[in-house]
Amino acid sequence: MEKIDTSFFAKEREAELSVVGESVQRADARGHVTGRTQFYEDVTFPNTLHLKMVRSTRHHALIKGIDTEAAMKVPGVVRILTHKDVPNNWYTILKLIGVGPDDEPVLPEDRVLFMGEQICAVLAETPQAALEAARRVVVDYEDLPPVFDVEAAMTSTPFKKDGTNYFVYEGHNCRRIRFGDVEKGFAEADHVIEHRYESSPIEHAPTETTGCTAKPEGNGRITIYSNTQALYFTLDNMALILGVPFNKLRLVGGTVGGGFGGKVDVIVEPIAALGAMLTNRPVKYAYSRAEEMQVSSPRAAERIYIKDGVMKDGRIIARKITLYVDAGAYCRHSTYGTTKAAAHMPGPYTIPNVHVDAYCVYTNRTPSSAMRGFGVTIGDFALESQMDQIARFLDMDPMELRLLNAYRDGDMKAHRKKVDGAALVEVIQAAARQTGKQLAPRFAKMSSMTREG
Amino acid sequence: MARLKGRGVAAVNYPTGMNLGGDPSQALIHATTTGSFVITLSSVDLGQGIKTVGAQIAAETLGVPYESVMIDTADTDTGPHCMGTFASRGTHRIGNAIMMAAKEAREVMMCVAATELEVDAGDLVTDGKGRIHVNGAPDKGIAVLDVALAAHFKHGKTISGRGMYLKPKSEVVPETGEMDPDSCQAHACTIAEVEVDDETGDVTVLKMTNAYEIGRAMNPALAHQQIVGGAWMGISHALYETTEPYYPNRAHGPLDFSEYLMPGPGDIAEMDSVIIERPSSNGPYGAKGIGEMTANSPIPAIANAIFDACGVRVTSMPITPEKILRGLDALRGNPN
Amino acid sequence: MKHSVVSLTINGAERQMLVAPGSTLIDVLRESQGLTGTRRGCEQGACGTCTVLVDGKTAMSCMLPVETIEGAHVETIEGLTPPQGLHPIQEAFLQGFATQCGFCTSGMIMVAAALLAKNPNPSREDVVRAISGNICRCTGYEAIIDAILDAAVRIRSAAHAEAA
Repeated sequence: MEKIDTSFFAKEREAELSVVGESVQRADARGHVTGRTQFYEDVTFPNTLHLKMVRSTRHHALIKGIDTEAAMKVPGVVRILTHKDVPNNWYTILKLIGVGPDDEPVLPEDRVLFMGEQICAVLAETPQAALEAARRVVVDYEDLPPVFDVEAAMTSTPFKKDGTNYFVYEGHNCRRIRFGDVEKGFAEADHVIEHRYESSPIEHAPTETTGCTAKPEGNGRITIYSNTQALYFTLDNMALILGVPFNKLRLVGGTVGGGFGGKVDVIVEPIAALGAMLTNRPVKYAYSRAEEMQVSSPRAAERIYIKDGVMKDGRIIARKITLYVDAGAYCRHSTYGTTKAAAHMPGPYTIPNVHVDAYCVYTNRTPSSAMRGFGVTIGDFALESQMDQIARFLDMDPMELRLLNAYRDGDMKAHRKKVDGAALVEVIQAAARQTGKQLAPRFAKMSSMTREG
Repeated sequence: MARLKGRGVAAVNYPTGMNLGGDPSQALIHATTTGSFVITLSSVDLGQGIKTVGAQIAAETLGVPYESVMIDTADTDTGPHCMGTFASRGTHRIGNAIMMAAKEAREVMMCVAATELEVDAGDLVTDGKGRIHVNGAPDKGIAVLDVALAAHFKHGKTISGRGMYLKPKSEVVPETGEMDPDSCQAHACTIAEVEVDDETGDVTVLKMTNAYEIGRAMNPALAHQQIVGGAWMGISHALYETTEPYYPNRAHGPLDFSEYLMPGPGDIAEMDSVIIERPSSNGPYGAKGIGEMTANSPIPAIANAIFDACGVRVTSMPITPEKILRGLDALRGNPN
Repeated sequence: MKHSVVSLTINGAERQMLVAPGSTLIDVLRESQGLTGTRRGCEQGACGTCTVLVDGKTAMSCMLPVETIEGAHVETIEGLTPPQGLHPIQEAFLQGFATQCGFCTSGMIMVAAALLAKNPNPSREDVVRAISGNICRCTGYEAIIDAILDAAVRIRSAAHAEAA
């Protein structure tokens, strides 16, 4: 099983510890193996209503009308919620700490911006009745042209009602990093190597789908049993949307069947709680697997152009990155993720001239959001594929190319924070050791702790 | 037709904590009458193990057995604020909050023990097994159980502590991007060995060798779980997964696990992973975050190994058999 | 359509229950029997999370209309767990760090129980085949495969000890 190579950083590792550093048994394992771990769905209440969502069948359209008459006639249907029922109809996840914009309605008023967008919520005695009724809601659409490509979206007519198809960062159309002078670097370089990288959206696929049950309490409060990854994000956003004092809400959770970033959005809880408030009954809203796959936020697709100025000996002296994050129809956490993507550039390498333009772009697809490695995973695919292409071009050993350019303590990063606690050199040395690879003496004795060598 | 072998490398870094900071977490700790310790949080365990690692950090700081510390997550009525479980922040942020709370509780515990033993609190040490004794004199001591009983029923004292960790938010300079985005960086290097079937375009990942630097590994077995599970997710992202197979075209999105492809238990690679430790300056006991980064080096390592095997450079994820076959056709000069 | 009465033996106890038409076994186990250890993963029969044993064979309880298995013997994770301590498969999962979020664990253990009842000495390939219908998003499967092989050893050595 786990191996620790104590020969690296031996002096820094020194500490007298008893429990920390030990592979003690997981505190939750016994509950897991006996099936007794309590997940949100294991807490049930009599008289619970089930919520199923009517979803957009169009990528981009005006809503001309919603006819719920036939749906209301399905036996067991109790109520259908539309935007008119939502007290404050904005879902702006980071509103409480001052991050905007208000660009996503909880339930849309006059238009849908992606296929699968929730339109109205059916509350019924059984899941079957709710599903049946949701199918009978008739939405009258007027189609509008959708845009799916990030670069096309940058220049096409804005589909966002009050703005651009990209997020504006303090007056700029992208998050910028400017360090040194890349054009000078390219001019001085022996070679300029430029490539394009791309990914498509990825689903978190936790085995437990996103969901919650909202229960009205006798004291006028509402308890929400949820599998959110962030109880207070959820509580705060719910209070803002529902227009109730924060102390009217209580979130219970903390034990989640996989998240990977997919349960950081606050989509199911506000509507379930609204249903509970309006019917005075517990309401359960859980994504089906199909909803989890196509409607819940995926990992954003990205398109990344990397242009490097490289010297014959392998030193990278300039790196220019143009990066597009496909946020989908609404911003959610993507503005944050795009800044994180920019901050990660140019990778764990010390390059004197760096230029990054990171665009957070809106398209008519499912809004993307956080996922494990948010803002970094796809960037690393691009950066490390690029490093391999450079090594091939120069016919250099790919590990030695990385070691030559590796950041070390005291270097200045492109975002102007001094490197501290670096260990890129050492993980490459450790991997080489594991595979029996001999590094050239210069690289074998290199250290992150000094610029010598 | 041949099965072509290749090897690829990738090395990455990953930030611990919410980008730019500004993401606090709190912890409360109190002793029960019988000397167990309860940590109260509103933090979430997704399987990464904060209930376990948090208890380890508290036990270490308090100097009591791991088994006597309980974490019962999470409830906003009882648990103080936590920003949430994401951004590889749990062990670092919540761990720091727990450590601070445990220090405060330990101080009270040692004070009560000192009164009971009629010695100076500064002369006392914990043995980590449930006893407190005079340094160098293990016989002159008292059980934590008796200290807790005395605190409750003789001294009217609560053995408790409050902890909070916040890295204040860094503002980005819009023109240059100057910012302080992270608390520390963890590191990884993966060497992937693959086999490409040049007739079907099918890729088999044969072996992944991983070296990780994650500050101090709080619980090496749990860190290993992240490394192995993340490497599997890396194979999955690299070769299989997407909700939009013809991106940016929206058609043919999968709706279930028979359409959304991931490697099964028969598709896993041999793994050889090693951890090295460079304790961080600001994490609890030197911890950094490892939860998110473990798919990041496997993906490009596989892409680079595929190129090494068959000469096809696929620059879009996922690297499907179709893309490899088109690349092979192009190399052979066949029109697509 | 009217509700009907269905009789099942669940974890050794005979139960009669009133079920709505089309009710699946997982609905009955979780909602009317309170056996929440059987987890709902996809309700499409594609993830194995809800696996239980029906007359000794694995079944995805989300796909099984309960009216079609009148009289069957159903075993869930709750039934597998002995009154004291843990079943050897549970012990092997615990000791082998084969759980992370724990949501797939019940299904994995039930599949393992069916496999080991039929084949006490499985090869690694046998284990892989047995769990190939069960999805785990956390572990990368390695620890789960190892735990099931370890459980086989535990069960065999317990049987030896009993025979001796």
